[in-house]
Amino acid sequence: MTKARILAGFSLPMALVFALTPVSAQQPTPKISAPYEMFTLPNGLTVILHEDHTVPMVSVNVWYHVGSAREKFGRTGFAHLFEHILFEGSRNVKEGDFDNLLEAAGGFNNGSTTTDRTNYYESLPANALDLALFLESDRMGFLLDVVTPQLVDGQRDVVKNERRQSYENAPYGAANVRITELMYPKEHPYHWPVIGYMDDLSAATQDDVKEFFTRYYAPGNASLVIAGAINPAEARKKVEHWFSDVKAGPRPAPVVAPPVELTSVVTETLTDNVQLPRLYLAWHSPAQFQPGDAEMDVLAGLLTSGKNSRLYKRLVYDLQLVQNISAFQGSAALGSRFQIVATARPSTNPPAEVLAKIKAIIDEEIEKLKQSPPEARELQRVLNGVESNFLNSMQQSLAKADQMNAYYFATGNPDYFQEDLARYMALQPNDIQAAARRWLSTDRRLELSVHPGKK
Amino acid sequence: MRHWGNGVQRMRQWVNGMIGMGAVAMLLALPLAAQQAPDRSKAPAPGPAAALDLPAIQKRTLANGLPVWIVQMSKVPVVQVNLIVRAGASADPAGKYGLSSFTSAMLDEGAGTRDALALADAIEYLGISISTGSSWDSSTVGLFTPVSKLDDALPLMADVALRPMFSETEVERLRQERLTSLLQQRDNAAQLATQGFARLVYGPRHRYGTGATGNTASNGEMTTSEIRSFHAQYYQPQHAHLLVVGDVIADAILPKLEKTFGGWKNAGAAAAPPALGTATQHGAKQIYLIDRPGAPQSQIRIGWIGVPRNTPDYHVLEVMNTVLGGSFTSRLNQNLRERNGYSYGASSSFDMRMTAGPFVASSGVQTDKTAEALREFFNEFDAIRRPVTADELARAKNYLALGFPAGFETTGSMASQIGELIVHGLPEATFKEYVGKVLAVTAADVERAAKQYVQPDRFAVIVVGDLATIEQPIRAANLGPVRVVTVDEILK
Repeated sequence: MTKARILAGFSLPMALVFALTPVSAQQPTPKISAPYEMFTLPNGLTVILHEDHTVPMVSVNVWYHVGSAREKFGRTGFAHLFEHILFEGSRNVKEGDFDNLLEAAGGFNNGSTTTDRTNYYESLPANALDLALFLESDRMGFLLDVVTPQLVDGQRDVVKNERRQSYENAPYGAANVRITELMYPKEHPYHWPVIGYMDDLSAATQDDVKEFFTRYYAPGNASLVIAGAINPAEARKKVEHWFSDVKAGPRPAPVVAPPVELTSVVTETLTDNVQLPRLYLAWHSPAQFQPGDAEMDVLAGLLTSGKNSRLYKRLVYDLQLVQNISAFQGSAALGSRFQIVATARPSTNPPAEVLAKIKAIIDEEIEKLKQSPPEARELQRVLNGVESNFLNSMQQSLAKADQMNAYYFATGNPDYFQEDLARYMALQPNDIQAAARRWLSTDRRLELSVHPGKK
Repeated sequence: MRHWGNGVQRMRQWVNGMIGMGAVAMLLALPLAAQQAPDRSKAPAPGPAAALDLPAIQKRTLANGLPVWIVQMSKVPVVQVNLIVRAGASADPAGKYGLSSFTSAMLDEGAGTRDALALADAIEYLGISISTGSSWDSSTVGLFTPVSKLDDALPLMADVALRPMFSETEVERLRQERLTSLLQQRDNAAQLATQGFARLVYGPRHRYGTGATGNTASNGEMTTSEIRSFHAQYYQPQHAHLLVVGDVIADAILPKLEKTFGGWKNAGAAAAPPALGTATQHGAKQIYLIDRPGAPQSQIRIGWIGVPRNTPDYHVLEVMNTVLGGSFTSRLNQNLRERNGYSYGASSSFDMRMTAGPFVASSGVQTDKTAEALREFFNEFDAIRRPVTADELARAKNYLALGFPAGFETTGSMASQIGELIVHGLPEATFKEYVGKVLAVTAADVERAAKQYVQPDRFAVIVVGDLATIEQPIRAANLGPVRVVTVDEILK
C-alpha cells in the first residue's frame, strides 16, 4: 500500500539512451534517459508516451493525484476503497468485464494507493492498446452511472479482508498502523493508515463515492503514461480519440499539511502473537526529492545494506543479537519518515532488556556517524549499488511507466532518471554526517517496541 | 494492492515464446476506425497478435565440458550470469533435509582468498549483486552486473561457486540464523498452512513433506563436512550449466568465461542426484485443523499431489487451472472474493517439479465465514469437472497465449525462463510451441484433465484459524472427517 524507496525496482525500455562519459573516467557512468513525448488534452489530461520495443507489449499507467492524505477523518481508507470500486465497471463496461476483456486480450491489471496518489495500470499486447484506453477513459468519464450501494458493499467486504490479511493476521502487522498514529497529530493527513479503520470502512456511502469522484477524478488531476511497443504518433491519435468525450473537471488545490515535528521521545509497547521482540525507531525526515532525501536514503544503506554496513555488522554479524535489521527512508510528498526496524534473536532475557541493549548499540553507531563522516570507500559502496539499481530499473516498461508518472508528479519532468541518479552521485561523506546530525536526534523520535504475548 | 500479487504471476512462469499469428488472429475482429466521438457501444477488439522474435540462444562449451548458453539483449548495459547446478533440495539425504539450502547459503560466507566480510565488501564496492539459492531441483549462483564491471565481477562469482571456504565459524553463525527463521514460521498463519499442507499430503518421509530449508532438528545437526561433501559431489561441471543473458557478444565473453570457469574440473565419475520416488497419493478427503487463537482470518489450503513438469497434460492443466484459480477472473477468485466477499483473493496452482509436486487451492478467509468458504471451494471443485463455457475457455487460452511475451522482457526474466529449460531438460522449441499448444486445448481436454487431477473426495483440507470459532461450524457442515493437529506435529 505504501512505497518504501522511490528507487527500488522500476525500469525503463528500449529507446533509452546510454551515452558513456569520457574515457578518462575510471568507471564509465552510463547516462540514463527515457525519451518521451508529452502533451495535454483540452480536458486537462497530461499524456506521456515512451517507446520501447523489447517485447510486443505495452504498459498503460494512470496516476490520479489523490491518496489517503485527501481523506476526511471518519472516512479513512476511502481512497483505497475507491480504487477497488474503479475496477467494477463504468457506463459502457459491465461489472466483471474490466477484467474479462483484459484477460481475453492477454493482459493483466492492478492498482495501488498510497498517502499521495492512486495508480492504475494494464500490461497487454501492443495490438490491444485501444482496449486499455477504452477501459481507462470509460471509468475516468463515466463511472458514476453504475455505482450502487451493493457494489460499494461488495468491495467494502473485500477491503476488510485485505485489512485482516495484511495487518490483523500478519505478524507485527499492528505496529505499522501504530507508527503513523504516533508520529503525526490527528489533524495531519498522514496520521491514519492508508488501509483505513474498520469502522470508517463500514461508514463509507455511495454519496461519498460520488463526491470523491467528482472532486478528484477529473482528467486535470491525472496523468497517463504509455510505455512499450508503440508508434507515438499513432498512440497519440488513439489517446485523443478515446479521451475526447471525457469532460474536464475541477483541479483540487494542493494538499497542505502543517509542518510536523516530534518534541520528545514517544515510547510505546505493543504485544503481538509473535516469537521474537522487535524494535521500531522512527524520525521525521525530508520530503521526497527535497534536500536531504537522497542523503537519508544513502544513510539507510550505510547502516543496514550488506554485511559490512554498520548496524548489520555490529548487531547481526558480530554480536548476533539481532535476526534481521533494516533502515529505510520512506519518501513521501508531505514529508518522509526514516525508520530502523530490528528483530531480536531468541533470548532468555526479558524483551524490554533485549530491546534496550539493541537500541543502545544502534544509538552508538548513529553517534559515530555524527562524530565523523563515513569513509570514502564505504560511501562509494552504497553509491555503486544505487547506480546498478538505476540501470536495472530501466529494463521493464511496466515499472518504467510508473516511475515516469512518479517523476512527472513530483518534478514535472517524466525523464528525471539522470537527475535523480545525480542527486546520489554528488553526495560526499560530509553530507551524510550532516544529515545524521540534522535528522537523527535521539531525544525526538518514536521508539515502538513489540513484545511477544497476547494480541 | 488490489490483487493478491504472486498467485497470478506464478501461473505465468511457463508461458512461452512465439505469439501465433494464425489461431489467435482468427478469434479477433478488426480494430475500430478512429472517429469524432468514440463509439463506446462495444469494446474495441485487439488487432492481430505481433510476432515475438526471441533472440537466439548461442550454445557453446568450455574446455572442461561446461555448457554455456548466451543470449544477447542489448537494451540496457547489464548482464545476468547464472551458474545452474542440477541438484537442489530433492537431493537432500534422508535426515539431512535442508542440506542443499544450507550449502547454497554458505557459498558467499567467504570464498577464494576473501573471508565473508572481505568478499561482501568486494562485491558491494563493484555495485554488483551475487545471489546464491537452492530450489527443489537445482541450485543457482546468479550474478547481476553492469557490463562495465563484468571483468571484475566474474572472478568473484567463480570464487563463490567453486571455492567457498565453508568456515566452521560461519556455519555456526548461519545455523543460528536458520534456526531462528524456522522459529519465526510459527508467527505466520499462511506459512503454517502451506507447511502443514505439504506435511499432511506427502508425510514426514517424502522429501516434499518438509520445507526446502529443512527443520529444526536437521539444521541443528548439520555439519560442515556434510556441507563440504554436498558441494564436492554436485558442484561439478558435469552437473552444471552456465547461462549468460545481457548486453554481451558471445565471441567476446567466451574467453572470459574460459578464464574464470574453464579450469573447474570434474571430480571422478558423474553421480547425478537420485530421482525422488513419487509419494503415495492422498487417500480420502480429510479436514485438518490447526489452532491459531483469536485469528481474524482462516488460512485454507486444499488439494493433493499434482503432476511433474514433464506431464503430457502440461498445456491442458495450464488452461484448466487458469479457469479454476489461476487468474483474477478465475472461478475461485470470483466466487470467494467478488461474489461473496469472504476473502481478499483465492487461487489455485500446480507446482510442477521433477517429481509430482502439489496441486493446491488457497485463500485467507474471514473467520466467521470459514465453513461457508470451504463449501464454496468444494462447489467449484465439483463444477470444474463439468464442461467449461466457450467464453471462459477462450479467455483462459488467450490470457496465457497472448500474454506470453511479457515473460521475456528483462535479462532476469529471460534467464529464469531459459533456466527452466535447462533444469528440466526441455527442448528449446518449448517456447515456440507454447502458444499453439495452449490454443489447441479443447473443452473436452479440460473436462478430462479436471476429472483426473481434481478429485475433491480425496483432497486434504488444511485450515489454520481460531478453532474456538470455526471448529463447530466446520464439523456441522459435514464436509468430511475432521482431525485437529498441532503446529509441532507439522513442523517436526
